[in-house]
Order: sequence, then C-alpha cells, then structure tokens
Amino acid sequence: MSGTGARPGGAGGPARRGWPDGAPERLYVVGAAEGPPAERAPLDLVTLVVTRPGAKPGAHPEHGAILRLCAGPLSIAELSAYLSLPASTVTVLVAELVEDGRVEARAPMSATAHPVALLEAVMDGLSKI
Amino acid sequence: MGSPRSDLGERTGPRAGDELSPSTVAAVKVVVVGGFGVGKTTLVGAVSEIRPLTTEETMTQASVGVDDIAGVEGKTRTTVAMDFGRISLNDELVLYLFGTPGQERFWFLWKGLFEGALGAVVLIDTRRLEVSFDVLGRLEDRGVPFIVAVNCFPDAPPHPLEAIREALDLEPSVPIVECDARSRASSRDTLLVLMRYLYDLTAATQER
Ligand SMILES: Nc1nc2c(ncn2[C@@H]2O[C@H](COP(=O)(O)OP(=O)(O)O)[C@@H](O)[C@H]2O)c(=O)[nH]1
Ligand SMILES: [Mg+2]
Repeated sequence: MSGTGARPGGAGGPARRGWPDGAPERLYVVGAAEGPPAERAPLDLVTLVVTRPGAKPGAHPEHGAILRLCAGPLSIAELSAYLSLPASTVTVLVAELVEDGRVEARAPMSATAHPVALLEAVMDGLSKI
Repeated sequence: MGSPRSDLGERTGPRAGDELSPSTVAAVKVVVVGGFGVGKTTLVGAVSEIRPLTTEETMTQASVGVDDIAGVEGKTRTTVAMDFGRISLNDELVLYLFGTPGQERFWFLWKGLFEGALGAVVLIDTRRLEVSFDVLGRLEDRGVPFIVAVNCFPDAPPHPLEAIREALDLEPSVPIVECDARSRASSRDTLLVLMRYLYDLTAATQER
C-alpha cells in the first residue's frame, strides 16, 4: 500500500513505453515514444513473454522451463500457474531473461493507450464468444 | 511441442489447445473482485477459453498497520491465490480476467493487479452486502472504474437493483446489473456492460 494516491493510468502514471529492443508496437499504441527511452515498461501479470529464436537454456532450470513454455506467447500469470511459482518470482526470472535478450516481453495495453480503439476491439471480441 | 512434462511434476504447461495464438501481441486485464463464495471463480470459468488457472502471490511486509494478518511481529508473509482465465479477443489481443478477494487484508495484491487494468467488476451477494463496502471505497479512492454485478443466488431474497444501489451508496452513473455467474452469456454480458461503461467514460473525457 504505497499511499501515493496515484490514479492508475493518470498523467505521469506508468505509461507503457514499449521495450527498447523492438517488441511489436502496432495495435492501438500511441505516444510510445514519450519519456526516456531507457525506461522499460514494468513487467505485469499480463505481460506476454515469448522466447527468442535460438535462445540458450543456460544453467538455471527455471530459466530453461520459461524458455520452453514460451515457445509461443504466454502471460506471466500463466507462467506462474504452470510453474507453481509466485508471480513475483516469475517476474524476476523473466526480467533476467529480458535482460539477456533471451525472451521478448510484450507489454500489456491499458485503456490510456488508445482507449476508443482498444475498447472497441474488446467489445467486438467479447460479443463473439 | 514434445517438451518433457512428466519429470516436472506440477510443472506442466498449457494443455493441448490452451496455447495462445502466436500472433497475439498484447493483453488487457479486467479484475473481478468480491467476497469469498460470491462467484468470482465461477464467473471467470464461465467465460474463459481455458480452465481457470491459479497464480499465487506472496508478500513480505512489516506487520505495522496490517492488524488483520495474524503473524509474528515484524515481518509478515502472506500468500494468496488468485484464479484467472483468458479470452482471445482477436488474432492480436487477449483479455485476462482475474478473480481476487475483496477483503482489506488482501489489498496488497492490488498494486500489480489494478495497475493497467481496464476496470473491475465488483461481484456482490445480496445476503452479504457489507463485505463489498470496503472494496467499493477502495476502488473509488484509487480511481479504478468499476461496475457492480449482483450474483443471483436462488435462496437470496429478491432486491430491486435500485435498492441495492442505494444500500451500496453507488454513484448514479455506475452501472449495476444482475448476473448469473454460471452462465457464459450472462457473464459475458456483464463484461460488456463494463466495457460500454469504460467506453462512455472515455468518450466523456475526450469531449472535455
Ligand atoms: N445459484 C448460484 N450459485 C452460484 C452462482 N455463482 C456461483 N455459485 C456457486 O457458489 C459457490 C462459490 O462460487 P465461487 O465461484 O467458487 O466463489 P468465489 O469464492 O468468489 O470464487 C460455488 O458452489 C458456485 O457453484 C450463481 O450465480 N448462482
Ligand atoms: Mg474463487
């Protein structure tokens, strides 16, 4: 409970700036260039993780397990569930793999990005289920 | 993918068909919050394309000010499980739905959970309205947009929605709907009410 009183997505909030290493930034993203480029979007429960082609498993078995699971995109929440590890632990492991360039992390979208198009896409998708 | 699963015990992976489409580039999330037994897991399971999964979160913090948590003085460790499900909205976008308990002692979960969330569905059981009071206040304080869904249990006496609105002291603009969390259509419609509300809020902001 930080008590900062910051409104999620409010001005000066944790704007998604995308990853500096070229993760996809199409789809509803606007204003991704704002802010210091070195600042990475924080990893979120719904950040999607994908193993980069040719990534070496390395010595750490948990890293290896993540690399294997993320042959296709998978959220940190799903990784946490499948690995039976707390999401905070998975977040640390994924951050290490991002740092190494062994995985790509696709930052989540929030309604502050491009709300109308995003919400339309959500409503459209939901109405089809 | 031929990955060796048997030697990993609990460490499985997505069941066949539970993989996300490789073209998925981004996720959004919605939180379903309410007291125990109110139907959060049921709602998530009703709309999810995968069997609901569970993620645990652990927090270690000084126990000062967390008198709700039993523990030794000093550091307290708490583990809470959250159920979640998933809906692929199109080839590129996926929605995750998290069910989280509303009691104050679990609010430590909320930081990472509500940041970036589109909004929340507060699920209530009219037999235990008071458990949602704290949640509603907290969401309002944090500026998280939410709707209220009344999960209709058969043995609950019927209440008009406007009476519930009054009892909960909801803003007139906050949608309140009835929901059968066991029904996919009803749960989907509840999510659509949230999205429509968010859409209207956004439109109102942009006109300013
Ligand atoms: N009659 C009825 N029962 C429900 C409904 N939603 C959930 N339940 C039941 O209530 C119990 C608790 O639901 P659950 O989803 O586990 O609650 P949670 O603790 O909020 O996750 C389960 O036995 C459900 O089958 C509903 O809409 N109507
Ligand atoms: Mg539950």
